[in-house]
Amino acid sequence: MSSTDISIHKDVHHAHDEHDHHHDQNFIEKYIFSQDHKVIAKQFLFGGIFWAFIGGFLSIIFRLQLGWPEATFTFLEPILGGWIENGKLDPEFYLALVTMHGTIMVFFVLTAGLSGTFANFLIPLQIGARDMASGFMNMLSFWIFFLASVIMFWSLFLETGPAGGGWTVYPPLSALPQAIKGSASGMTMWLISMALFIVSQLLAGVNYITTIINLRTKGMSMTKLPLTVWALFFTAILGLLSFPVLFSAALLLIFDRSFGTSFYLSDIYIAGEALTNTGGSPILFQHLFWFLGHPEVYIVILPAFGLVSEVIATNSRKPIFGYRAMIGSMIGIAVLSFVVWAHHMFVTGMNPFLGSVFMFLTLIIAVPSAVKVFNWIATLWRGNIRFSTGMLFAIGFVSLFISGGLTGIILGNSALDIQLHDTYFVVAHFHLVMGAAAFFGMFCGVYHWFPKMFGRMMDEKLGAVHFWATFIAVYLVFMPMHYIGIAGFPRRYYNWTGFETFNIFTDLNTFISLAAIIGFTAQFIFLFNFLYSIFKGRRATENPWHSNTLEWTTPVLPGHGNWPGEIPTVYRWPYDYSKPGAPEDFIPQHVPFSATQSSNLPNEKDLE
Amino acid sequence: MIMVDNRIENTDTASGVHPLKFSLWLIIISIIMMFAAFTSAYIVRREEGNWLEFELPTILLINTAIIILSSVSMQWAYNSAKKDNLKSVKIGLIATFLLGVAFLFGQWNGWAQLVQDNIYFGGSSSNPSGSFLYVLTGVHGFHLITGLVFVLLTLIGSLKYKVHSKNLLRIQLCTIYWHFLGGLWLYLYIFLRINH
Repeated sequence: MSSTDISIHKDVHHAHDEHDHHHDQNFIEKYIFSQDHKVIAKQFLFGGIFWAFIGGFLSIIFRLQLGWPEATFTFLEPILGGWIENGKLDPEFYLALVTMHGTIMVFFVLTAGLSGTFANFLIPLQIGARDMASGFMNMLSFWIFFLASVIMFWSLFLETGPAGGGWTVYPPLSALPQAIKGSASGMTMWLISMALFIVSQLLAGVNYITTIINLRTKGMSMTKLPLTVWALFFTAILGLLSFPVLFSAALLLIFDRSFGTSFYLSDIYIAGEALTNTGGSPILFQHLFWFLGHPEVYIVILPAFGLVSEVIATNSRKPIFGYRAMIGSMIGIAVLSFVVWAHHMFVTGMNPFLGSVFMFLTLIIAVPSAVKVFNWIATLWRGNIRFSTGMLFAIGFVSLFISGGLTGIILGNSALDIQLHDTYFVVAHFHLVMGAAAFFGMFCGVYHWFPKMFGRMMDEKLGAVHFWATFIAVYLVFMPMHYIGIAGFPRRYYNWTGFETFNIFTDLNTFISLAAIIGFTAQFIFLFNFLYSIFKGRRATENPWHSNTLEWTTPVLPGHGNWPGEIPTVYRWPYDYSKPGAPEDFIPQHVPFSATQSSNLPNEKDLE
Repeated sequence: MIMVDNRIENTDTASGVHPLKFSLWLIIISIIMMFAAFTSAYIVRREEGNWLEFELPTILLINTAIIILSSVSMQWAYNSAKKDNLKSVKIGLIATFLLGVAFLFGQWNGWAQLVQDNIYFGGSSSNPSGSFLYVLTGVHGFHLITGLVFVLLTLIGSLKYKVHSKNLLRIQLCTIYWHFLGGLWLYLYIFLRINH
């Protein structure tokens, strides 16, 4: 872990343009093993999009099974091979599908793809830095992620299939290769891949925090930071504190699987054979797992908070409402996220008193979350709203976050959880509040920062079609799921037609599956728009959204080093939109108060 | 050493700490979280019963003394670098490296002693209490190896006259990391003593 091979040119150059390096970088240095944060961000973005389509496709396969349990899917035989026999999906493959869908979406798309893209891209640009604190560590982070991706992808093609014990990989199921096919070599590869993934995230997180603390440009105090940077800062801190714990848990699981230890195993009788393992505790794994697992959902959603705050303020042409309250609520959420993990474990036989403590702490999270929602709506209130595609997704995010958040209050109750635990109600809740919402945050970010990434604009009409199709499909998928969840329909069941109780939901499930297929198809509109616009999109200007933050002061396509000349100095906060008395409706952060005397507030007169 | 041009032009940064030093502290925090997970898992698991009690290998105490000594020699090397006493820098670093190797060798012997006492890492007669001891010492040992690599790189730097009072960063980071590894072991040793 010691990164000894990194050293820094200590000679102090003051800003002149020696950063337009005149030695030509070759293709590999420039696009593959690049240390430029913008290139690494794009690498993470492409990786994330690739994984999102894989993860989405897996969900479509199991939605076919759930929607049409009696049908035969012979047309899938060419792609699924031995996993589908006479048109019937292998039940163990179904388990592998849901496991991989969860793993891919939570870790590879919404952790690496989301914060990997936007933390890398936005942190140096928005704080006014030439690059990350350590470009080398940053590059290493991507390539370790790439290696983790290759291993995870490879596991999809194993004969025994990829991991199948659920994305939470609870032992003893995941620890015993003889339990299901998905606990054989697929599980081993899952663990290796995740261990590498964690190393990659830690390297990245160390870099993000160091960069934000140390490399801010002149005048950029912490309270002048855009909320995006604040959000990414908290995300990195959460990752730094929680990922090592998952690493520990995974390491012990690896030992249990491959070295005969019994950390999580005790007194097991399987396939007519009594195992020798004694003294282990499977609940221990759940504690360790959810100590990461709960902060992980905020690692997924916090970057979206940041992106959305920025986009809403810019496109409402209004200062963000309650800037400090936004930061405060993020601190609150970050701190609370570490003390609520056991609400995932209410039904593990936990002491009911302990359960009520965790319930209390969990319900408190509603307060900072409500503060954030209030602030977003208050920012929109009577704003001069421009419905750019990024803005549509930002508003969609707020809507999904409210709908999904409300059911969180229900699930947080330890008594109600007895009925709702492991039902589709839970699935609906977390897909709305962290799955779809974080995806909307990501889309919002891609549409909004696309001009800075690729120097061109994405098509707004296709964007609007993509938004409405996705937005409607998400609600049509997840709203009915609450209903079948309340009725007690359990997660991860391959088939329920054998149960009299659940037979009546066949039509509802078919409906959900249809909506899911429409929603997935709509993503190809995005893919087309994205790829087409990279090459053929309308050329962007330096600051197409009339935004205040520093990244829009760079050239249309910033080179390595970001600003050709001196890094701009910051004088004001990033939300001076529609300031009374100003000639334009935005004043970028690098404009000094002396240049805006007509709009300065009385307390700003001293700063002129 | 690979010189990486990472475009930090100005070392007097907003926090007044060198970015790499700051990064090192963050890495240390993540290692602390890892061991916090292990030791809390240890306590939780022990409370549940079915826990084999056994004597800690006696050699662990000697190892503890060795690693404290190595921290002293590391600090001495660092102080000498500050005073440009280049010869003692080298001696200090070599001593640290050798003491580090001796520590690892001692830990290895500790494992041998455990096996003699029929305390195994895995297998049918193992109990989590023994496995935890192997994991704690093993993961710490792994980090100690990374520390040894760091010491070695600093030593190579000092042989090339690259470690002196005007170029302290490398040895400073190395010292911080080495002290951390020593402190971490001290914590683990005391933790194991109390919980045995």
